[in-house]
Amino acid sequence: MALDSKIPKGPIKDKWTDYKNHIDLVNPANKRNIDVIIVGTGLAGGSAAATLAELGYNVKAFCFQDSPRRAHSIAAQGGINAAKNYQGDGDSTYRLFYDTVKGGDYRSREANVYRLAEVSANIIDQCVAQGVPFAREYGGLLDNRSFGGVLVSRTFYAAGQTGQQLLLGAYSAMNRQIGRGKIKMYNRHEMLDVVKVDGKARGIITRNLITGEIERHSAHAVVLGTGGYGNVFFLSTNAMGSNVTAAWKAHKRGAYFANPCYTQIHPTCIPVSGDHQSKLTLMSESLRNDGRIWVPKKMEDVEAIRNKTLKPKDIAEEDRDYYLERRYPAFGNLVPRDVASRAAKERCDAGFGVNATGEAVFLDFASAITRYGKEQAHVKGLNENDAALVKKLGQEVVKNKYGNLFQMYEKIVDQDPYNTPMMIYPAVHYTMGGVWVDYNLMTTVPGLYCIGEANFSDHGANRLGASALMQGLADGYFVLPYTIGDYLSNDIRTGPISTETKEFEDAENEVREKLNFFVTNEGQHSVDYFHKKLGKIMWNKVGMSRNVKGLTEAIAEIKELRAQFWKDVKVPGTNEEYNEELAKAGRVADFLELGELFAKDALNREESCGGHFREDSVELDGEQKGEALRDDENFAYVAAWEYKGEPSDAVLHKEQLEFKDIELKQRSYK
Amino acid sequence: MNLTLKIWRQKNASDKGKMVDYKVNDISPDMSFLEMLDVLNEQLVNNDESPVAFDHDCREGICGMCSLYINGEAHGPDRGITTCQLHMRMFKDGDTITIEPFRATAFPVVKDLIVDRSSFDRIQHAGGFISVNTSGNTIDANAIPVNKHDADKAFEAATCIGCGACVASCKNSSAMLFVGAKVSQFALLPQGQVEATDRVLNMVKQMDEEGFGNCTNTGACEVECPKGISLENIARMNREYLAASIKG
Repeated sequence: MALDSKIPKGPIKDKWTDYKNHIDLVNPANKRNIDVIIVGTGLAGGSAAATLAELGYNVKAFCFQDSPRRAHSIAAQGGINAAKNYQGDGDSTYRLFYDTVKGGDYRSREANVYRLAEVSANIIDQCVAQGVPFAREYGGLLDNRSFGGVLVSRTFYAAGQTGQQLLLGAYSAMNRQIGRGKIKMYNRHEMLDVVKVDGKARGIITRNLITGEIERHSAHAVVLGTGGYGNVFFLSTNAMGSNVTAAWKAHKRGAYFANPCYTQIHPTCIPVSGDHQSKLTLMSESLRNDGRIWVPKKMEDVEAIRNKTLKPKDIAEEDRDYYLERRYPAFGNLVPRDVASRAAKERCDAGFGVNATGEAVFLDFASAITRYGKEQAHVKGLNENDAALVKKLGQEVVKNKYGNLFQMYEKIVDQDPYNTPMMIYPAVHYTMGGVWVDYNLMTTVPGLYCIGEANFSDHGANRLGASALMQGLADGYFVLPYTIGDYLSNDIRTGPISTETKEFEDAENEVREKLNFFVTNEGQHSVDYFHKKLGKIMWNKVGMSRNVKGLTEAIAEIKELRAQFWKDVKVPGTNEEYNEELAKAGRVADFLELGELFAKDALNREESCGGHFREDSVELDGEQKGEALRDDENFAYVAAWEYKGEPSDAVLHKEQLEFKDIELKQRSYK
Repeated sequence: MNLTLKIWRQKNASDKGKMVDYKVNDISPDMSFLEMLDVLNEQLVNNDESPVAFDHDCREGICGMCSLYINGEAHGPDRGITTCQLHMRMFKDGDTITIEPFRATAFPVVKDLIVDRSSFDRIQHAGGFISVNTSGNTIDANAIPVNKHDADKAFEAATCIGCGACVASCKNSSAMLFVGAKVSQFALLPQGQVEATDRVLNMVKQMDEEGFGNCTNTGACEVECPKGISLENIARMNREYLAASIKG
């Protein structure tokens, strides 16, 4: 099947408006006869569920947590971008569009990104109307801050809890519709398959995580807003339950999976401290507004720090290597995430890592504390040269801005970041790849939609900070409600979809068979044993820096691990009870397939772009020496993989990317 | 360090349940409390025993899913954190640690340490929202300035993670800190004024129907709240409720 991205014709700035003017609509009376299933209740799924219910459709929403409010969007910290230009610093829809395409290293679809930039301003209006308490200035108007990879301040925020506030906004919109009976909410339910009838997605099979009951649910369309697959690395900043299962089942039923190798390794996370670790914790990118990243220049200082005979604050200014400011003077500490992560790895690989494992760099707030302290002393008419006073005043300012993040850090690491620099290292955070969708956000399965992080569409090979929240809400509030209507207008005479059909029965039986296998298999090793092994292979060979040898080995090792898993996995208990090990087994089984496709995609893409860094594709000389080198002639396409059984048999389909409004060039943050 | 754990085991909602003793060894002080339970569960799975069921997800203190009552305190001995942020450095070698679920009539036990907190959701369905359509066609976000003091207070109330520690800590199993926080968030913002009367009446009615107790101003909820939600919010809700009742 040839890929058709269905991008509307016409100039980029008119595409979305013209599209909306010409699609088919469903009248309110008919909407009452149409059912929509939404899986996942994060920013994308939650906002879509609320909006579709409000329009009049009957929505069934599903989440594996005990309440929709707990979806992992809640953990997003720093902020949400919008081209409001409240600061008058030159922002515009075009500039947000441009920054996002450039930040994504020219591997995203122009039309989708432009639409995202276009609706971004509405998101802020909408959220304020819902009572989302964004940060404000003393005049009562909204405050902004700056994020990586851009030269304007367009990020709206609510301290370090922006994701929480936006998700609670979407949750409140859902609550209104649940109260009206327009959304039927299924908490603690996990989707285990998509059901297709006559080629169209018409329902799902779920497992009730409390009782183990397998259920059939039908609808006229199915929407997946099930997040990313970062947990394929075992250790990531994702929640423990975040998984690829819904997206992977969709893939197995015919949805192409796009660019699986595009993963964002976030530069500022708390470093790994030991084998016991179950997850990694992010320290928001917003900290790079004020924190300066450095390692010592001299190896003897590095060793003294590791031996704890020297404190970082005692290293003289001239003996510090502020390597981001040195290498990228124009953007400094605010280079995009992929660039910042690679630069940290480069210094640590060269031996300058500052903790016991050699995998950490400093994020230092001392200059910011002094700068803010002096400013406060000046404003209050106090002595600007009193170091102790300046420090105290400065710490107060920093506490107001980032207090909750500093507290999180202190609880985990047991060090006080107001007085000693934080230690940070890159960690897996977000996946730009995902289920392939067209301009309508529909997958290659008719009637099956995919929104938010679960799809691939807007961030190319690298996502800019504060853009995930923007995309999730744009898809759910403002894009899907139009595009799905156009599809559902053909279903006004269909009537209810029966679950008493062979298609539902077959899908249910397959699900039951797999669950029975797990609880009856007499294996030796727990699910986590395999998940940790998979994570190690992924991190070491398909992580921040990739080469042909490592990727080839990874493919073979994952295949072998998968075979061992199916022989030797041990799951206690039964299906008819709350059984977390059983739920985990199903998720890890899917990660073991995705992991291989991920490595295969990375092997296929013989260029460096965004988060995908191939050691054999770097600039060899000139000002950009050592930086990632794209190959636009051969790889300016979306790699969409079709399922054919084993991941090694997956078939590649290419969606050629066209850049009509932005000139393709080497990304420079110098 | 080596520890003895006394853990509440209950097969399902209808089982009677009991405390069971377990030993875990070689626990690192850098582990989080839940990572210590992971170690126990790995041990149980390897010995063909049933692992301890507990709720958890983000493991960074924001989703509100984790909910343990540790040594007689919701989220354990540390302050301003959830169970997943509690680290083993708060304990010492040889300690015995008692772990129970959050107990309340309105939070029935599902299994072991997991409770059903859907009563919180139902209170929100009754009025925890502003009735605005999500079309995006509202007024510009800066059209109504909001006093920074009020905006900050609204934000502080809105940081509630809905974990239920307030209920578990209250001798009356009252949910007034939770409900007070939501009522306050909207009461402090101009956008929330239009429906203020109905909101507080409906949410309080639902809270009572769910079987939560009343507030007697002990303040344990505020002490144990991982997000430091202030008792002020209960006072504000009481004022809102009184005003709404008079308006009728």
